[in-house]
Amino acid sequence: MTTPFQIVVCGSIVPDPLQTLEPIAGPAGPALKNEMMLPAILDPWAGHALFEAANLARAAAGTKVWLAALGPKAKLQQVMMTVAQKAPFELLALDGPSSGFADSFETAAALAAGIETIPGLDRARLLLFGGWESASRGAGATLQMTGERLGITEQFQGVDRLTVRGDGSLEILERIEAGRHQVSVCSAPPAVLGWATGYLPDPRSNPQVGMANMRTIMPALQRAKAAPVPSAGLSFVSVSLPKQQRETRIVKNMPPEEIAREIAAWIAED
Amino acid sequence: MEDILLLLHTEPDGTLAKPALEALAAALALAGELTVGISGANVAIAAGQIAACGAARILAVAGEAFSQPRYATDAAAAEALCRAAAPTLVLAPSTSRWSRALPGVAQRLGGRVDTHATGIALRDGVPAVHRWFYRQRIEAVLTRAQRPWFVLLDQGCTAPWNAPAGEARFEIVPLDPPATRTTVTGIQAPPADEQTIRPDAKLLFVAGAGWTKKQADGAVHAAEAEQLILGFLRTSQASLGGSKSLVDLSGEGETVLKCMTHLNQIGQTGATPRHPKGLSTCCHGEEPHTVGWRFVNQRRAINLDPNCGWARGKADVLYVADAFEVMRKLL
Repeated sequence: MTTPFQIVVCGSIVPDPLQTLEPIAGPAGPALKNEMMLPAILDPWAGHALFEAANLARAAAGTKVWLAALGPKAKLQQVMMTVAQKAPFELLALDGPSSGFADSFETAAALAAGIETIPGLDRARLLLFGGWESASRGAGATLQMTGERLGITEQFQGVDRLTVRGDGSLEILERIEAGRHQVSVCSAPPAVLGWATGYLPDPRSNPQVGMANMRTIMPALQRAKAAPVPSAGLSFVSVSLPKQQRETRIVKNMPPEEIAREIAAWIAED
Repeated sequence: MEDILLLLHTEPDGTLAKPALEALAAALALAGELTVGISGANVAIAAGQIAACGAARILAVAGEAFSQPRYATDAAAAEALCRAAAPTLVLAPSTSRWSRALPGVAQRLGGRVDTHATGIALRDGVPAVHRWFYRQRIEAVLTRAQRPWFVLLDQGCTAPWNAPAGEARFEIVPLDPPATRTTVTGIQAPPADEQTIRPDAKLLFVAGAGWTKKQADGAVHAAEAEQLILGFLRTSQASLGGSKSLVDLSGEGETVLKCMTHLNQIGQTGATPRHPKGLSTCCHGEEPHTVGWRFVNQRRAINLDPNCGWARGKADVLYVADAFEVMRKLL
């Protein structure tokens, strides 16, 4: 396989899943309490997309990978220290909010505008990757809108596998209802692929890859342009944590037979 | 008052599926003039299915090119229906097909889109959407000034509309299929008796990484764990979920549960399915796991640790016990 691609992975940062999140009212709408202090990670599905891009780049000589990340510059820098060790890429940093409450339409506008500034980007070879949803807004909408803004109308979401066939066409497995996959063939790029989990394990951290990446990442962060994401017209009536707390009955010292009987009876109830 | 367009697509047999009828019920509950737009190879059966719904108009884009779930054709059909109806509010079920296509259509029409809505209702005379943020950890109600406003409604949140089928009059919106480089070649699914994901199951059975750890005898019993789990799924017809740690092990090729893939993953970075009941085994119940249980009504857990996350008000019942022993007795 020798066809080189130009892969732009859209992905931002999200709070570490183990952190407690508390919404507050901010000047520009809802926000997370101590948002800038919360440890952050690369969005998990965007991470899968990045690793898939790196895997494809290894197989197709000449392929280039960019990570287009919209987030507060300081937080991006922290997260890139780890992410940079996972896969070779160039960073397109956009200094703006990574909040889950930001609007997908405006986020797509900022991403598309940023991607259009990538020097020498060959749109005919472009594969626009990203997570099919984020762990913040969870909209599953930003990538499609970004693709539309870039004029790409071959789009796939919930992708678990991409295979480049001998003739250069792309065979794509997308998740659909009931644990099934739809198989499609796209004859050529450009295309948008919103990744689900895929089948690749998380790559091991490689300090040498990290050092090579950081040579371009740090200047990219310094160059990061402000990318405001206005939310005009979007009003939050309420933002709250779910209050439901259950009265847990803790059953100790019950023989397994009895537990099994109790569970079987519970399952049988309407 | 909103001009509402409800976008539906037909199934391979030409009918409308349950999510479409749920979205129809949600649309009818809003004050506004309702137009239904249907896309598919042949829409007559689907239109007849909702003939009695009281929609002001039924519009349709029909043709073989629109039978396959594919972004280019689905987006073109939805765009044509929107342009014909000129709605202010566009509702649709969160099927994989519409979730793929409609955000792009909103972009084309200069509209806005909100997905995974768990409810929509009038609030002070305007539609307000309920949805979750940060993977079901924060709940919000929001409204928008921009129109058209696309809202994709999650499945299982509204009782489906139901009435006898009739003969419906519908207007065909003429549309030439757009050029596309994509061909849908098929569906991959495990054989029916090996399918472990059952969205309509009454019970969600979740296995955690504990199934693959050393047991009391100091050995790992992954093969027996798989037998117990699959045996239970066969008898109970439950749907199988897994914690991230467990499905990640499967992806790394370790000797674990072959029946478990990332498609089964429940939680912060997995699915949040809707089932009336859920039984968790060998899963420690910490927040990233339990967000996957947000929409499971009755919850029970089996765990050896009485202080696990389930004990902190997340499960209704926590059995402090060895899941292997309990599951052997359950079969």
